[in-house]
Amino acid sequence: MAGSAAISVEHLSKRYVIGHVGRDDTLRDTLAHGVKGLWGALLRRREWSRSVREDFWALRDVSFEVSRGDVIGIIGRNGAGKSTLLKILSRITEPTEGRVSIRGRVASLLEVGTGFHPELSGRENIFLNGAILGMRRAEIRRKFDEIVAFAEVERFLDTPVKHYSSGMYVRLAFAVAAHLEPEILIVDEVLAVGDIAFQKKCLDRMKAISTEDQRTVLLVTHNLSSVLQLCTHAVFLAAGRMAAYGSPPDIVRSYFGSMTPAAADADLAARSRPGGLRGQARLLSAKVAGTTGLSPWQVPFGGEIALEFRVRVERKLDFFEIGLGLFNLQGLELCSSLSSWNGRIGPVEPGDYSVEVRYPSLPLVPGTYRFGIGLRSERDAEDYLPEAFDLEIVHSPLSAREHFSTIRGALAVDITTTLTRLPESK
Amino acid sequence: MESILAHAPFSTYSQTVPQEGRTLPRMSEASIPQDASPALLIEAGRSEAHYWRNLWHYRELLVFLAWRDIMVRYKQAALGVAWVLIQPVVQTFLLAFVFGKLAKMPDGGIPYPLIVLVGLLPWQLFSSAFSGAGNSLVSNSNLISKVYFPRLLMPLSALAVALVDLAIMLVLTIPILLVFGIPPTWRLLLLPLFILGALLIALGAGLWVTALTVRFRDFRFITPFILQVGVFVTPVGYRTDYLPNWHDLLALNPMTSIVDGFRWCLFRGESEFYFRGLAISFTVAAVLLGTGLWHFRKVERLFADII
Repeated sequence: MAGSAAISVEHLSKRYVIGHVGRDDTLRDTLAHGVKGLWGALLRRREWSRSVREDFWALRDVSFEVSRGDVIGIIGRNGAGKSTLLKILSRITEPTEGRVSIRGRVASLLEVGTGFHPELSGRENIFLNGAILGMRRAEIRRKFDEIVAFAEVERFLDTPVKHYSSGMYVRLAFAVAAHLEPEILIVDEVLAVGDIAFQKKCLDRMKAISTEDQRTVLLVTHNLSSVLQLCTHAVFLAAGRMAAYGSPPDIVRSYFGSMTPAAADADLAARSRPGGLRGQARLLSAKVAGTTGLSPWQVPFGGEIALEFRVRVERKLDFFEIGLGLFNLQGLELCSSLSSWNGRIGPVEPGDYSVEVRYPSLPLVPGTYRFGIGLRSERDAEDYLPEAFDLEIVHSPLSAREHFSTIRGALAVDITTTLTRLPESK
Repeated sequence: MESILAHAPFSTYSQTVPQEGRTLPRMSEASIPQDASPALLIEAGRSEAHYWRNLWHYRELLVFLAWRDIMVRYKQAALGVAWVLIQPVVQTFLLAFVFGKLAKMPDGGIPYPLIVLVGLLPWQLFSSAFSGAGNSLVSNSNLISKVYFPRLLMPLSALAVALVDLAIMLVLTIPILLVFGIPPTWRLLLLPLFILGALLIALGAGLWVTALTVRFRDFRFITPFILQVGVFVTPVGYRTDYLPNWHDLLALNPMTSIVDGFRWCLFRGESEFYFRGLAISFTVAAVLLGTGLWHFRKVERLFADII
């Protein structure tokens, strides 16, 4: 079984140590923990600061195998361990337990434009980035024209990339990466950038890489439609463990099903968040207000969707804004809203608040939908949960209409129609 | 789950003959058929099986990183090359004044500013190589958390910038020596050995500092401190051959022998090379580099997790 696998992952675990009193960022802190602590740190002894540490398992006992030519989509919430898995496979960090064996030349793309230097020109960055991604100089020279044409930046080749628009920057970066010829390609989330046309170009390219050249691709993404389109298999990670492995449609379904909270209140306080948030206002919980469905997270079709959030404000904010994004099963954002469009909220004193959000008329066809919620103040993003909770729209008397089950739109919108006979007609 | 894993639609791939006329680039000829290549194993605590061979494999990246550092350094600086010169010129006159005029150290018949200038060549090389290597990991933290490559490339590429600075200074120093009637001799041919020595000392010290800086950010402050003390502990502003009683003690600082070596190579003259000092310096330098590499390799695998 293990002989022909391109990648075989066996009982892989990764532990991070979270210090309660903070990491010892300075030598003084470590000295404060005793000279023994210093030696432990220098020699990486296990007993170092055992008293203050807490283990966090980013990955726990993950095993799977990837055959040559497979395209594996890895999905899961933020903090489920997807990035950690890719980092171990790319040899950036080492596992705590378990092992991985890889056959073939690996190129990993955990970020668009790794090592790009703003002061260097587009031409120089192509060479630098190519070398960082593992290309030989001769190889880069051979593909140089192709890369430039793919990125559509011919005219700006000798301009420092700090003057590039973000779109050009991303196109150039992806173009270099797209011309890698590894046997195994590891990609993290890079498709989430760029305009739609370029995204499609990238998807096509990835598809070509995997089908025509039969290379193995591992892809972490939140874009479920790309998992459905590209992947031959999917891995679903939840809290560091492998929740499911199988065909993409099955995995996408089970991924969605896992998000519907059991209790009436969805606890959002303990969720892991993306980095870079200020955290002066935080989402504590969410619930559906005044539901008439069967379970607390069901809303009948055609009914008003009302959500109630609990928010804790740590410091006085001059301006408070909640933003909501509503996604369908394919990860497409169907509906985006910002509270500030309808009036400014603030200043807000510290304390706990209840925030009620109403969608007066949103005729979403029955199915599962996912909400992403963000909070913003006058300074910047305070809190953000890209995948906060799922909501199910269920059939109601309003949806019991003719042809309703065969419509393909996301919204079933009532329209008013007038048929008027034109006077000049015969 | 086994049934999904077991099916391998492309298991015959390595025997497939690529068809002509494809628009996409094919696998490069250099790549070995997968079945023939040994599997790469990733495991906890598994030390790199072929550490040095792996480093050699990444030599092109080293060249690119060094080239990047050099390009960026000369692109960003408004004064550009001039900056490489202003600093040593000012330092030369300052040190020549302090040691030559105030302390009245013996000059052995050579204009005092020239003694200092030639002493500054290796010192500048060391100080820029050491501070570059010492900062290399933290200033490239974005790369370290996103791409795999032997981490040793970072401090190594920092040495290249120092080398370019030295080349510029050297090109200007030799004509100055000529003007003062000091033509180069065959000894100049041995200069590369001392340049290499200075780089290895800087690497040894830089490896310690850069690996410790990842873990303890306050180690950054040790670099300017070492350089401040070092410019006096190293015979940049004075000649060691007039201080025989201190020679062995000074040689404990390996840069002492490098500075002596530079003067020996560039100044014509009868001055004997002090071999005992060289032996002492060599031992200290070897220990520094050896332990620096040992410690660096020991903590290398943790960099991505704590940087």
